[in-house]
Amino acid sequence: MANVTLRSVRKTYPGGFEAIKGVDVDVGDGQFCVLVGPSGCGKSTLLRMVAGLETVTGGEIDIGGRIVNQVEPADRDIAMVFQNYALYPHMSVYNNMAYGLRNRGMAEAEIKSRVEEAARVLELSPMLERKPRQLSGGQRQRVAMGRAIVRQPKVFLFDEPLSNLDAKLRIAMRVEIRKLQRRLNTTSIYVTHDQLEAMTLADILVVMNGGQVEQVGNPLAIYEKPATTFVASFIGAPPMNLMSTRPEEIKSQLGGSASDVGILGIRPEDFVITDQTPAGGVALPLTVEAIERVGAETFVYGSREQEEQRVAATPGELPPGEIIVRIPGTEAPAIGAKIRVAAVRNKLHLFSADGRKRLEA
Amino acid sequence: MQKQAIFQSKLLPYALVAPQLAIVLIFFYWPALQAVIQSFLLQDAFGLSTSFVWFENYLELMKDRAYFEAIVRTFFFSFAIAVSSLSFALLLAVMADKPLRGVMLYRTLLIWPYAVAPPVVGVLWIFMLHPSLGVLSRYLRGLGVDWNPLLDGDQAAALIILAAAWKQISYNFLFFLAGLQSIPRSVLEAAAIDGARPMRRFWTVTFPLLSPTIFFLLVVNIVYAFFDTFGIIDTMTRGGPGKSTETLVYKVYSDGLLGGNLGSSAAQSVILMIMVIVLTGIQFRFVERKVTY
Repeated sequence: MANVTLRSVRKTYPGGFEAIKGVDVDVGDGQFCVLVGPSGCGKSTLLRMVAGLETVTGGEIDIGGRIVNQVEPADRDIAMVFQNYALYPHMSVYNNMAYGLRNRGMAEAEIKSRVEEAARVLELSPMLERKPRQLSGGQRQRVAMGRAIVRQPKVFLFDEPLSNLDAKLRIAMRVEIRKLQRRLNTTSIYVTHDQLEAMTLADILVVMNGGQVEQVGNPLAIYEKPATTFVASFIGAPPMNLMSTRPEEIKSQLGGSASDVGILGIRPEDFVITDQTPAGGVALPLTVEAIERVGAETFVYGSREQEEQRVAATPGELPPGEIIVRIPGTEAPAIGAKIRVAAVRNKLHLFSADGRKRLEA
Repeated sequence: MQKQAIFQSKLLPYALVAPQLAIVLIFFYWPALQAVIQSFLLQDAFGLSTSFVWFENYLELMKDRAYFEAIVRTFFFSFAIAVSSLSFALLLAVMADKPLRGVMLYRTLLIWPYAVAPPVVGVLWIFMLHPSLGVLSRYLRGLGVDWNPLLDGDQAAALIILAAAWKQISYNFLFFLAGLQSIPRSVLEAAAIDGARPMRRFWTVTFPLLSPTIFFLLVVNIVYAFFDTFGIIDTMTRGGPGKSTETLVYKVYSDGLLGGNLGSSAAQSVILMIMVIVLTGIQFRFVERKVTY
């Protein structure tokens, strides 16, 4: 049971490279915090700093009311699940889970009951005597989880624990992790680059980019009101359509309040194919370039007829002029057809020209 | 992709391997065969007559107390050299594995002794530890040690072990360093989070994961101590004083070339050959299967 608070945490490597440029995050007791961002954004470094595996060069890390900057990993009362699981290859599943408890001098009977309980929860009971190399990827992942939960630590740290699993298992384990965390009610910090994992797991979502926090908050709130174009394009799949606009164009369509708008964002699902222009909304004429039918929904890729200029480069960005429209079902216009799509006023996301600021019209 | 090379002529591949085969046959198999034949022969002291005696040379050896002592001595030397060289090399490798300033220089310097030829190693240590010339001998005597490896057999043995182990440290160091670097960092990090202090981490995680390397090096070091210490022994003690540093390999040399007993010497080298075949067999068997932890 503990809060984890990061106060202007920084990490500068000896070469001068600034991996973390001042991060403030507050994870409440029992909350599930997900750090998400593209590779190289510093999310794993930040997690390793919380674990004590990387030194902190600025700011404070507070676990359960104690500043742990100088505390050894062993004494932080945390447990970590690694991306490659980091199981001890020469130890049986039982000993892998018991190792941390033995190091702390726990009685063998207590160790046995804890390991057996964890094995039961994780359905590992028949495999306790096996070595890690005799297990499948999913079983190894569960052993890594077991090793963390038997310790009953204050905080769980997860470093992309599901990225080595196949898609189906990943979804199953994602649900398992969430259920387990809810039941144990242990504060957790989870690093991933997968926005879907981030959305589904998080109580608090921290979107990171370039060593900085872009936005912190409830996942749905972030989805509905992304603070920057980076967040807008990173959270949500397929990504939000971002279009650069000329002020006068916006002004004429949206009214006078939006004079410094540079970028207009519309999520694929917020478009409807229609000939009408909703009041205060926008309409775009498109030529259909490609169709993707995934069953329950269909993605229509269209090109805008007049493209003025492209938006600042952000991950997940569409090629200039390409717009994705998401429509339910499998009915779709033919490739090459000219269609008109429109979005209503309250589904428009407006950003400053540099994409760093969200504007509320 | 075809892995097999295709030759136009049927003779070309044989021509290409011929030089290598010739070297192996002329310099390895031919002398080995000679030794086997020789071991069944008995020559008189002047080399004038030779008779075929079947296994008599071997039977004589089995009855020879000096030979038995040489076997025990060789095993003791091998054990002492392997253990001291391996443990010291492991210590150095663990220290060199830490990300320290100038670590590349440190690592490179540690590899150098391997390039020194065994007789030169012998000479170096003799210079340092010779009873009347040696720098270190002075200090030893200053400490009250009655140091004279030319007269004291145990001290001579210690000297051989020291020099032979020192020579092998570099080789062991290289393998240990590679072994240490192949242990995933995250496993050690997991152990650190699991509350294992550095010493415990070493003995419960690093050491077991190094066991394949340790086993491989143990065999290599035993083979080394059996055979490659000849140069060191010959320059330092010539098997003496008495027979206190006469190992099996040195005995082959001294009985055959110095003592003129070619039949017995050949029988001894055949026995050594069998030992090295067994050791290599063990090594291949385990290296290929990988020692399971």
